[in-house]
Amino acid sequence: MLELLFLVPVIPFASFVWLATMGSHTSRKAVAAIGVGSIAACTVISLLITGSYLSSPPLGGAYTQVLWTWISTGGFTPQIALYLDALSLIMMLVVSFVSFIIHLYSAEFMLEDEGYSRFFAYMNLFVASMITLVLANNLLLLYLGWEGVGLCSYLLIGFWYQDTANGVAAQKAFIVTRVGDTAFAIGLFLLFTHLGTLDIQELMHRAGQQWLVGSAPAIAAAALLLGGAVGKSAQLPLQTWLPDAMAGPTPTSALIHAATMVTAGVYLIARTHVLFSLAPAAQFAVAVVGAATLLLAGCSAMVQCDIKRVLAYSTISQIGYMFLALGVGAWSAAIFHLMTHAFFKALLFLVAGIVIQALHDEHDIFKMGGLRKDLPYAFWGFVIGGSALAGLPLITAGFYSKDLILWQAWSSTQGSRSLWIAGVIGVLLTSLYIYRVIFLVFYGEKKMEVAHRPGWQIKLPVVILSVLSVIGGFVNIPGSLGNVPAFTDLLHSALPEPLEMHTAGLREALSEGIAAIAFLLGLTLAYLLFVRRRRLPAKLAVTSVGYVIHRFWFSDWGMDWLYDRLLVRPVIWFASIDRNDFIDAFYSAIARLNEMAWQALRTTENGRVRWYAAWITAGTVIFVAIVLWS
Amino acid sequence: MILLSLITILLVAGIFAWAAARWNVAAARWIALTATAADFIIGLAVWLRHYGELSLFPHSRWIEQLDWNWIPRFGIHFHLAIDGLSLLLLMLTFFLGIVSVLVSWNEIQERVGFFHLNLLWVLAGITGVFLALDLFLFYFAWELMLVPMYFLIALWGHERRQYASVKFFIFTQLSGLLMLIAILALYFAHHGATGVYTFEYQQLLGTPLSSTAAWWMMLGFFVAFAVKLPVVPVHTWLPDAHTEAPTAGSVVLAGLLLKTGAYGLLRFVVPLFPSAAHQFAPIAMVLAVIGILYGGLLAFGQSDFKRLVAYTSVSHLGFVLLGIFAWNELALQGALITMIAHGISTGALFVIAGLLQERMHTRELDRTNGLWSTIPRLSGAALFFALGSLGLPGLGDFVGEFLVLLGTYRVSSSLTIFAAIGVLVATFYALRLVQRAFHGPNLHEWKLADLNKRETLILAPMIAVLLWIGLYPLPLLKTFRPAMDRLQQVVGSAVALRR
Repeated sequence: MLELLFLVPVIPFASFVWLATMGSHTSRKAVAAIGVGSIAACTVISLLITGSYLSSPPLGGAYTQVLWTWISTGGFTPQIALYLDALSLIMMLVVSFVSFIIHLYSAEFMLEDEGYSRFFAYMNLFVASMITLVLANNLLLLYLGWEGVGLCSYLLIGFWYQDTANGVAAQKAFIVTRVGDTAFAIGLFLLFTHLGTLDIQELMHRAGQQWLVGSAPAIAAAALLLGGAVGKSAQLPLQTWLPDAMAGPTPTSALIHAATMVTAGVYLIARTHVLFSLAPAAQFAVAVVGAATLLLAGCSAMVQCDIKRVLAYSTISQIGYMFLALGVGAWSAAIFHLMTHAFFKALLFLVAGIVIQALHDEHDIFKMGGLRKDLPYAFWGFVIGGSALAGLPLITAGFYSKDLILWQAWSSTQGSRSLWIAGVIGVLLTSLYIYRVIFLVFYGEKKMEVAHRPGWQIKLPVVILSVLSVIGGFVNIPGSLGNVPAFTDLLHSALPEPLEMHTAGLREALSEGIAAIAFLLGLTLAYLLFVRRRRLPAKLAVTSVGYVIHRFWFSDWGMDWLYDRLLVRPVIWFASIDRNDFIDAFYSAIARLNEMAWQALRTTENGRVRWYAAWITAGTVIFVAIVLWS
Repeated sequence: MILLSLITILLVAGIFAWAAARWNVAAARWIALTATAADFIIGLAVWLRHYGELSLFPHSRWIEQLDWNWIPRFGIHFHLAIDGLSLLLLMLTFFLGIVSVLVSWNEIQERVGFFHLNLLWVLAGITGVFLALDLFLFYFAWELMLVPMYFLIALWGHERRQYASVKFFIFTQLSGLLMLIAILALYFAHHGATGVYTFEYQQLLGTPLSSTAAWWMMLGFFVAFAVKLPVVPVHTWLPDAHTEAPTAGSVVLAGLLLKTGAYGLLRFVVPLFPSAAHQFAPIAMVLAVIGILYGGLLAFGQSDFKRLVAYTSVSHLGFVLLGIFAWNELALQGALITMIAHGISTGALFVIAGLLQERMHTRELDRTNGLWSTIPRLSGAALFFALGSLGLPGLGDFVGEFLVLLGTYRVSSSLTIFAAIGVLVATFYALRLVQRAFHGPNLHEWKLADLNKRETLILAPMIAVLLWIGLYPLPLLKTFRPAMDRLQQVVGSAVALRR
């Protein structure tokens, strides 16, 4: 079964090629069949492989499939080869399955769109790239998938290309993530130059042997990879592209946020965890970036009016949790949260899509309201997804994964009290901003008529994801509640357990209890502010302090503004004033000098004999004088 | 003899095409197409025949060669030879030769015969440059490229063709003269040291020279090649020439003429003057990085489709220069792959510019908007090549640039970082090009014809080759390898260069 592994990236790529070249001659039904069917096939093969992997694990828990040698020169021999271990297995499964659900949804959601086949072509390429990224056995192939998802995000965010604003958002996404990619690439140069390979397992092995903990090259390499990860995963300071990425069709957002893009950075760090363990400073930076991002993005999420922007900031914030987990060495917890987040975030976006489509492309949550009765599927889907996101205790998936992170942020040797506190505050913010959306959109008075009701291809994905958002957490029951850590046990063949728990001062159950209280506090606040006393938020926002904070949060802490002034404008300014190339002025000046000399000399040729005679005489006198003088 | 036939086919077909056009214009086109295709097939046959044994080649052997005593009094030989390096550059030449003929099929309607004469003779000159192993013959071929190219720009070019062609001519001619002086100086210096007058490349290798003499001669060669490459600050002929040339001219300029500069650096500058080149390497590498960044920013600022693409060449060829002067296997192989891949991807972008100009009679990006809605296939192809240009992994340019940077890192990590930022700048201009031309609203309500069969036939192989280089460059690397080893050996035995 494992030999079929190569089909997982190849099938969606093949269907991309098909749709890109022949899509315009293919009927919509056939496009949907190819586009969705390829991902379905991908999912089925992933499941078969998983079954085979679990029933008869390969030697050492890892299987490598070499397809061909990519490059071979100067000792640099990256291969096109796939590597399957517990980590890449879970990633492959999550990516293909969630993508399949989203594709199924899109088949109906995008049906009216002009670019139906183009859409599925891009979506398939997106999945193919992400699968390549996940399964790559060396960092160069991973980089190929990495750039591939960047490209697809660009193509899909700018999918409705006729609107220039979408094009701007798309370019922003590609360029900002590419800033991170540049750091990543430099990291690859450094790693290869020092360690002589980019094969991930070999690289980790050599790093462990040749570099001491805390040595300079290890820290530099880990920091550069972190640079790549913050770009792709939309963490501070490169998070600014993700909120604007909402310009794309809603299924695209679901794909970017849940399956195929922003999780790439988390995966990269988990994949190269040995390197980060060798560079405590860099790993601490990961934790700090995560904690800071989850708080800042949580605040921004609270004041957005666009339903998709709230979800975008919520993704940034949740990825922040994963970074926090990675930073304290809770590798498995990060991947656990990645998985549950994929379920409930995909669910939230798909439901948001239903709502937006039902209300004629209305995104503003303040113009929505009372949709509970008209769109019951959407309502229940959003409540389940939102509760999982906020971590409704005991019954939702988000609770289990987030609490594992919180607990390990406290108890790991690399954890600390302040990181834990940041996480708990994050829980409060999360539950506040997501219930704000639920109350505003689904409760209160009805403001718009529902124009469009979804069919089964849209409802079924919502149901499946709702179920997963609940039961997805039961694969890993913490010690305090029964202790069935199946998920993390599976992962421990690929990722080490967090080091030495120091459990003084706080027990796991207590941490969970406090998180539950934070959740309830957020829920209650949201209820008070957005159901009971709906005028209060608006009143707060017009006070001078409130106004400043609101604007600041709303505009993502002013970082867009800052980058615009500091980076974007200077580059554009320079490019526009130097359009004609300063250097060419030098050559033009030479040409002009020649011309002037020619003009000057030309005046001597005026056809007057007297003038010529005078010059001849003058010349003769000068020559004679020179001869006599010397 | 095979090597000679490569040149003569082009020269003779040129004359035939000229003559044939008097009674039938289409005949001239078909003659030109047949000639370039014939050369391509011959080249391919040579490659395939020797491919298996390439790795077995002793470093001193050429794949094919031809050596006639031409003017014995002055020690001038008619010496042609190929190794893996020249072979692949020849393949690129004939490939783009076919493309140039096909792309001119509708575009060129005036003086068709003379056009094809010039086009084929430029290609013959380029072929000669890649084949010649005698410096006199090399210089001859070098000048042979120049004149027909001048005519191509001056006669079939766009609005400012006069200005552009004269500028092109002056830049290349003056820098060529410096090379001539350097060649003669080397000729006499070799006589002074050994008592033999010869222009023969292999005899001139390792000529004992004082370090000052070597420095100046090296600079003479370098300037000639730097102008062609081009290196900032002698690049300013390039945007004008590329923009004003007819499409075939732009393809030949960007795809091939620039590569002759890189080829000269590899074949002559470093091997003939290893220690001077070694001394000069830091300066050259800084110039390369400046070129990468400055060229990219200039491209970003342009609003003329062809001018934008032209400036991207300044940026991409900076990687080639960087790789050559980093002089280790990774960087050199990277430079070579970049040369080939850039020839394809930039050539294709010029083809696309030409197709658009044929349809819209403008190159102004302010007037081209939202073309995707009317010509999706052409737009998709343009997007593909723009992605190649911005260095997307999986396409050819990426492999080249990545290897260059990887090899340069061990020589200078700081320069590598700046050059890597150049890849980021490539994103700016490539996306801008796509946005301005193909995305956005179709404000001017263009209704254009999408790619026809001939045009698809031009672009589809270019897409395939770019993907091939991007995903399976091993055949190229393997073919380059013996040539690289030899160059490194020549240089290594003369001076211990840095790692």
